[in-house]
Amino acid sequence: MSSKRVVVTGLGVTSPVGGDVPSTWDALVNGRSGVRPLTQDWAETLPVRIAGTAAVEPTDVLERVKARRWDRSTQLAMIAATEAWSDAGFADLAEGDGPDGDRVGVAFASGIGGVTTLLANYDALLEKGPRRVSPLAVPMLMPNAPAASVSLAFGARAFASTPVSACASGNEAISLALDQIRLGRADVVVAGGTEAAIHPLNIAAFANMMALSKSTNDPTTVSRPWDTGRDGFVLGEGAGALVLESEEHALARGARIYAVVMGAGVTADSHDIAQPDPEGRGGTRAIARALHEGEVDPTDVVHVNAHATSTPLGDIAEGLMLHATLGAHATDVVVTSTKSMTGHLLGGAGAVEAVATVMALHHRTSPPTINLDDQDPAVDLDIATKARDLPMGDIVAVNNSFGFGGANVAVAFGSV
Amino acid sequence: MATTEEIRTDLAEIVNEVAGVDTDDVQLDKSFVDDLDVDSLSMVEVVVAAEEKFGVSIPDDEVKNLKTVGDAVAYIERAQA
Repeated sequence: MSSKRVVVTGLGVTSPVGGDVPSTWDALVNGRSGVRPLTQDWAETLPVRIAGTAAVEPTDVLERVKARRWDRSTQLAMIAATEAWSDAGFADLAEGDGPDGDRVGVAFASGIGGVTTLLANYDALLEKGPRRVSPLAVPMLMPNAPAASVSLAFGARAFASTPVSACASGNEAISLALDQIRLGRADVVVAGGTEAAIHPLNIAAFANMMALSKSTNDPTTVSRPWDTGRDGFVLGEGAGALVLESEEHALARGARIYAVVMGAGVTADSHDIAQPDPEGRGGTRAIARALHEGEVDPTDVVHVNAHATSTPLGDIAEGLMLHATLGAHATDVVVTSTKSMTGHLLGGAGAVEAVATVMALHHRTSPPTINLDDQDPAVDLDIATKARDLPMGDIVAVNNSFGFGGANVAVAFGSV
Repeated sequence: MATTEEIRTDLAEIVNEVAGVDTDDVQLDKSFVDDLDVDSLSMVEVVVAAEEKFGVSIPDDEVKNLKTVGDAVAYIERAQA
């Protein structure tokens, strides 16, 4: 393994709580939920009629002709990636002054791919016949469409990959980007994750597997990680993107550095296709691996952006993972679940939460977990219910994700 | 019976919707590929939308002969006759 250090130099996001990084961060630290009622006709007969829909409609901010050739998941990805690219200082450079495209890669994840395009075209096929299936259907619905579109937009030719590991996908993309830069295969990687799966079929499917909350309370109170009243997740949509760069490359161009990517751990449970290992063993190995790889002492970890989706089993398992990896220090760490505000963005979750984790280090502030009125006694963690200051000095934060299929990904970020 | 100009105007709306080309640029002498940047997939979209709009059938084999806006307008006129 080469000793290249990898840093974060650009951030982008579009989420249920904001259409960019500043608005999303402001909503997160102030505890504002992005979960809303679904008022569309198609939602009327569904068992769940709330979701974390994108705060800013993507077609309101994208060029119309480009947007109509992109599935909604790619639209969201392009908004986040464009913000990150610009934030890294690459957008305003004159022709030829940007990074060498052969050394720029893309790792952009999706959990499900262009599912709304697929289903809309199937509807057209049934209602109007095969002639009405769009010639753009395939390049729109393929799961690597977001990665390919980002590659096209920025001339990124090192690689354009799409890690798929359900709800861990976004975090896995960051892990892949880290590997590729460390191995010397790229200097700059746009890493992220996206999902746009708010469609009646997905809602019915997740509801029938008893993964979604069916609560009819105020929508903003339904996503309640670690609370005794939690009964499932709330579906959300959005995308997050980070520009990762070798430290050498970033320093040479005088880039602003938000954080160091210390290490990543990727493991599999081999326990159940849908349920997490109740003891959280796979997740424990992922977190331990991320810390070991980054030579991080567990006592340096001050903050965890947890996966915590508001499901009965998963939230408890994650508490066990943190105790197993951080030992007695586990209760000193400020833990939060931003899903309490955004809902669960599936393949976008790990990336949006990575942006939140890096912003937490940058501003030395942990966003709160809202709706935590009665903490589950099975979870012995210090969970921030209001925005909380993080200490000065060299600190580490962990972004943790796990997903259906038993995938676990943890990424450790260090302050600069 | 629609006039040549009426067909051109309606076709220009379709090309604008699909490819974002200014409707005033969609003139009879313009090549879809070389002048208007309508790529092959967009051309299929234009053809399908035109079939619906004008109530005609434009077989795939015929599409490659429709190089200019004028070719397409003339084809539609013949098919409607």
